[in-house]
Amino acid sequence: MLILNCPYCGCYKDETELSAGGEAHLKRFGPGASDAEFEGYLFGRVNPKGVHFERWRCASGCGKWFHAARCTATLEVFGTYKAQTLKPPQAIKDAISAKRPGWTWRDFS
Amino acid sequence: MSTRLASHGRLINRARALSFTFNGKVMSGFEGDSLAASLLANDQMLMGRSFKYHRPRGVLASGGEEPNALINLGVESGFEPNARATTTETFSGLTAASQNHFPSLEFDVGAINSKLSRFLPAGFYYKMFIHPRSFWKHIYEPIIRHSAGLGKAPKARDQDSYEHYYHHCEVMVVGGGIAGLQAAQSAAATGVRVLLVEQTAHWGGRAPVDGVTIDGLAAEDWVAQTLAELAACDNVVIRNRTQGSGVYDHGYALAYERIADHTPGDGRPRHRLWRVRCKQIVTATGAIERPLSFAGNDIPGVMLASAVRDYVVNFAVSPGDRTVVVTNNDDAYRTALCLLEAGLEVPLIVDARPEGGGALMEAVQASGIRVALGRGIAKVKGGKRVTGVQICAQAGEGSVLEEVACDVVAMSGGWSPVVHLWSHCGGKLIWDADQAMFRPDPDQPPLGADGAGFVKVAGLANGHLRSAPVLEDAAEQGRAVGRAAGGKVQKAAVPAAMDAEEVALSPVWLMPQGASYALRSKAWLDFQNDVKVSDVQLAAQEGFESVEHAKRYTTLGMATDQGKLSNINGLAILSKSLNAPIPDVGTTTFRPPYTPISMASLAGEARGELFQPVRKTPMHAWHDSHGADWEPVGGWRRPYAYLRGSETVAQAVEREVINTREKLGFLDASTLGKIIVKGPDAGKFLDMMYTNMMSNLQPGRCRYGLMCSENGFLSDDGVVARIDEQTWLCHTTSGGADRIHAHMEEWLQTEWWDWKVWVVNVTEQLAQVAVVGPNARKLLEKLGGMDVSAERLPFMAWADGTIAGIDCRAYRISFSGELSYEIAVPANQGLVFWEMLMEAGAEFGAMPYGTECLHILRAEKGFIMIGDETDGTVIPQDLGLSWAISKKKDDFLGKRAQQRSFMDNPDRWQLVGLETLDGSVLEDGAYAIAEGSNANGQGNTQGRVTSTYYSPTLGKGIAMGLVHNGPERMGEVIYFTKIGTNPVQAKIVSPVFYDPEGEKANV
Amino acid sequence: MKRNSVFAVAREAMRQHSGWGRTWGNPEAKKAYDVVIIGAGGHGLATAYYLGKNFGITNVAVIEKGWLGGGNTGRNTTIIRSNYLQDPSAALYEKARSLYETMSQDLNYNVMFSPRGVMMLAQTHHEVRGYQRTAHANSLQGVKTEFISPARVKELCPIINIDGPRYSVLGALWQARGGSARHDAVAWGYARACTDMGMHILQKTEVTGITQSGGNVTGVDTSRGHIACKKLGMVVAGHASVVANMAGFQLPIESVPLQALVSEPIKPCMDVVVMANTVHGYMSQSDKGEMVIGGGTDAYNAYTQRGSFHHLEETVRALIETFPMVSRLKMLRHWGGIVDVTGDRSPILSKTPLGNTFINCGWGTGGFKAIPGSGWGFAELMAKGESPLTDQFGLDRFRAGRFIDESVAAGVAH
Repeated sequence: MLILNCPYCGCYKDETELSAGGEAHLKRFGPGASDAEFEGYLFGRVNPKGVHFERWRCASGCGKWFHAARCTATLEVFGTYKAQTLKPPQAIKDAISAKRPGWTWRDFS
Repeated sequence: MSTRLASHGRLINRARALSFTFNGKVMSGFEGDSLAASLLANDQMLMGRSFKYHRPRGVLASGGEEPNALINLGVESGFEPNARATTTETFSGLTAASQNHFPSLEFDVGAINSKLSRFLPAGFYYKMFIHPRSFWKHIYEPIIRHSAGLGKAPKARDQDSYEHYYHHCEVMVVGGGIAGLQAAQSAAATGVRVLLVEQTAHWGGRAPVDGVTIDGLAAEDWVAQTLAELAACDNVVIRNRTQGSGVYDHGYALAYERIADHTPGDGRPRHRLWRVRCKQIVTATGAIERPLSFAGNDIPGVMLASAVRDYVVNFAVSPGDRTVVVTNNDDAYRTALCLLEAGLEVPLIVDARPEGGGALMEAVQASGIRVALGRGIAKVKGGKRVTGVQICAQAGEGSVLEEVACDVVAMSGGWSPVVHLWSHCGGKLIWDADQAMFRPDPDQPPLGADGAGFVKVAGLANGHLRSAPVLEDAAEQGRAVGRAAGGKVQKAAVPAAMDAEEVALSPVWLMPQGASYALRSKAWLDFQNDVKVSDVQLAAQEGFESVEHAKRYTTLGMATDQGKLSNINGLAILSKSLNAPIPDVGTTTFRPPYTPISMASLAGEARGELFQPVRKTPMHAWHDSHGADWEPVGGWRRPYAYLRGSETVAQAVEREVINTREKLGFLDASTLGKIIVKGPDAGKFLDMMYTNMMSNLQPGRCRYGLMCSENGFLSDDGVVARIDEQTWLCHTTSGGADRIHAHMEEWLQTEWWDWKVWVVNVTEQLAQVAVVGPNARKLLEKLGGMDVSAERLPFMAWADGTIAGIDCRAYRISFSGELSYEIAVPANQGLVFWEMLMEAGAEFGAMPYGTECLHILRAEKGFIMIGDETDGTVIPQDLGLSWAISKKKDDFLGKRAQQRSFMDNPDRWQLVGLETLDGSVLEDGAYAIAEGSNANGQGNTQGRVTSTYYSPTLGKGIAMGLVHNGPERMGEVIYFTKIGTNPVQAKIVSPVFYDPEGEKANV
Repeated sequence: MKRNSVFAVAREAMRQHSGWGRTWGNPEAKKAYDVVIIGAGGHGLATAYYLGKNFGITNVAVIEKGWLGGGNTGRNTTIIRSNYLQDPSAALYEKARSLYETMSQDLNYNVMFSPRGVMMLAQTHHEVRGYQRTAHANSLQGVKTEFISPARVKELCPIINIDGPRYSVLGALWQARGGSARHDAVAWGYARACTDMGMHILQKTEVTGITQSGGNVTGVDTSRGHIACKKLGMVVAGHASVVANMAGFQLPIESVPLQALVSEPIKPCMDVVVMANTVHGYMSQSDKGEMVIGGGTDAYNAYTQRGSFHHLEETVRALIETFPMVSRLKMLRHWGGIVDVTGDRSPILSKTPLGNTFINCGWGTGGFKAIPGSGWGFAELMAKGESPLTDQFGLDRFRAGRFIDESVAAGVAH
């Protein structure tokens, strides 16, 4: 039973108030993209055992989408941030580095 | 004989006698009794039968760890199987019956299994019953199933109510013994909010039974005083009869309150499930005494030493007259002293330790009781009740040195901390060799959201067996969680507890240590599931070396007590068999709940009408009172048809179709999704959402639109109306409104967050009625108001206005092929509007129609229905909807997907109409048969039916389906499957069966 | 290995069962094998078994990080059925179901396959049409199913409330030869048979790396050292992405917790397996008498073998609605496993970007029923490079857009 801080509401939300939205920071590929790019966008998933970036929606609260950096093995949450960004904020990355030195995830580290 | 004593009984109220029945026999008990205590007081030691061998079983323990004393409790709608007599409070009128026997508890034919036990070792069923094949299902399995199970299956509907309760606090303390009380007090002193729960009706745990003194007070008095102090704190909530059942990730915990189990019928909910969110948890859950493994340790009358003194001290119940105590530790001597004090006989104490114990032993010896050191029990004698014990050297193989007559054996193999809650969420254990126990490893706690531990363990549960360190530990853990949860720690003295000195125990896993096979095969580990020492040894011999394998092979620890008494003993036997240290073998996983909790409490209030509350349109009640045959659609219910008189559903549907085609029909279309999309970039956004162009739709006009998933599949459809320069209103399917609204929000927020668009779901703000049929315009003109003429409001246009004085928006759209207006009014005007239509429409032959009529009308017109023609695998191109896919747009959701090789391929199943040659109706879901079979021997197919109806308008069966290259095969006859009979011939035709030119709607 | 039979048990009973030997071996690892399978769950062990039985390939090691059968094989609700809609699925699951029929005899180990019948309740008109469609499809696929009436539902399972106030039962898809089996025994029986053929099952052996050369795998690094192989099969369910990542490729897989629970045991009251997809619950009664209940999956990735509690509440609500008697039973235990869910919810039995490496994963919530068919087909794929049972389940389908979507008929639960 996760509890996450919605960065819009600024308070903690029980998992039952949220809805999970899968992997974050996917780059959309549309017409013009190669078959491999499009397949990777729709289906290729990091699915890591460890540090992960994922999307959540404050479904029963403000309705906003946000991102969480979370460990899928221990469920530790390193931080949450608004979804309107292409990469995690440095503060979040620093928080992860403090707990999981040497981590990488797609192009982030 | 077990009986009620004249003295003792701290928990019972002798002034309140209670009458209850057991197996039909009337018995009496006292208020405060557990059912097990009441039964013992009535000399009812035999309480059940074991699972596999149907051996006679008496009560073994006094708490939630009890494996044997399980009963069928109550009757009819208040019946509960497998109720634990030790944790059931006796109440007046209680009805109990023993379980798992035929014909009676005293004489059970299933006990033949016990005689055959040598043929039924662990895992015997894996090795037998293999041939002949059909015998497993028809012969062997039914016998096994019948002899297994325990309690009876409930039959009647549950009479009780249940509820959920949310609780938020900083600290939760589980366990109301002295450790829990102290931890709660220390935590509360830091100023944080504390919840303290205790599973039994009583506070104080073992300390009052064991003669502990605290700060000079008897434990009982200290408990009362502390409890009163806690109750006076504003920041503390305390609940007894409330078990901490499970600890979950991120500081979530479950507590299970048994509000009215002991007061049935008093109107209160039976159980309440607390869903607790806290920052820190202290588990002060105590410890459970371990049985000793000797032959015959399952015979009724063999009990845990601590349970024997619980019954004496708490309930004034003597389990028997002559009790032999057998132990490997000092604590069991307390039982001997307690029995002596109650005036009962203790002929012998058997202490497996050659050196014996400390002060408690000396006290016992001073009372003149004989203590046999270095001795063990070779065998217990007796059948349905202990009659005596044979004594042997613990170091030997079981040669009998003497026999002692007795009717109770009080055994103690040491104590195991209750680490369940610590372990539920990942807390690790360490093996404490000195105390022969697993206890929590403070360095590997369960981790919370912040990556730090959020559970601490206090007292006995933390491996502290003496009361002074228990209180010190509890105070320290209480302060620590208070601090971690944001409280301020104050200096405070820790109460000083006093109890007798004890010397170390000596681990004894088998008695005698060299017991022969004959003894080992009668030495029980798991009393309920009938797992013996020899079974675990056989498992190890056969390669089931992982503790999980051994558990699953023997069923050790899988009974309703979940191994609370058996796991450590079994593990020790396994480790010895494997010649591996106990910590290397490890434990099985602890899973919630701590003891079984009612299913009903999990469901809470959400049952019956509240299971999934029905969404209702403003006209719902009208439909209900006018013959609606309901159909669940999404969260709603919609009338499938309106039955009149003695009509069948099919007759009603036929009537509604013909009436709507010929006269006038009304459909409550309020469930259709209505989403407003507004803003400077709304047109651009809708061009991405829909396959066709929406940005060039003119204000005042409507357009049918298709939505695809990014994976290319058709996901929803509906009519879009442009309201003004920056505003569109999108209709979705009834089930799709919330989903499509969320879908739009997701893309706006996560992909195109710089686009200026606002999306609002107004589905429930509006009631919507489809006014359909040749008389539709006549009716609206009669009602008066806005101009609904073909000139002013042509097909695929909309306009705002009033009808009969009600503000409305009328859309000239048609899903039926008839002249049709869909009229939206404010939801609170919906019913008035509907009734007005009905009344004024009477002269035009108006009737309401339901969803089945809607389906037939649209199928006659060849209109697709999301969910019928689509199933998540269909793309618009398959449905002849290429016209609705913009070629001009660079991009829309699904466009790239539809360019993939398997989709961008004309060689697919495509939409056609189908007509049987004999006019019959094709079966729902029928497949079109193709020649031959595939590599896996499956018959080939070339299409399938997607919608099939009897058309009242045309008087014959019509269908739509997807057929391989169908549109190029018009006129061809193919075969469709028909269940249980020969395939049916059907001709491929146009899917538009009625009014192909569209003249009816466009008038 | 000693034959199991009632006579063997009787003989052993006379000598205190001293003659029973190990069920499977505990060998030293060799330096190299012809085939290495990573993962000694049901699917991995079945693959090894059919490599030996059908193709004579016995120089095989099955490598297991923990204890064999300890993942989803030993955690599922043991439902066996093959009433799938799409041809490739029906072929695979029906092959598996038919192999379950004779598994006890084939393995000389009683896996307690019990064809007690599986029914999937239809509680909306949409569901009725979906299951009728499945019945038609099954009639051509050689899968025996029928759509039955509410009265027949009640007759087969008297504890069902067919007139529920929210969703009454409108019928059901019934597969009489579906049922259940003892999950652990399936793994143990295969492990025993594999050991009998001389294969090595290496438990408590963790794969830490995959060595490659020229586009092929050369072996695996393990906690017992390097083990070379000519062919590699990855059959690790929830950890598929982790192992694939070691080999340098990515999968269309998400790992999520799936939960289940059991009640305390009661006397027999339910002979069939019932799945109710509208309300999301399914239940059967084990031979021990426990009501075995499947829950839902979490929507987020996690490798913890536990899930979020509210899913259990939802499941139990649905079951009380469907089976009112459940209300007064008690939940004995709930647990979780990590299931590997693919982009189209159907499994992957496929070649990989590495020439001699194959992957079997993506069974999601429904793998147990497929074990023998999966092993049969995957062994053929590994031995011959192709198999009619697996050829539609390749990884290539995600690029082509050729999905195998069962959600049409199956709802969520498998």
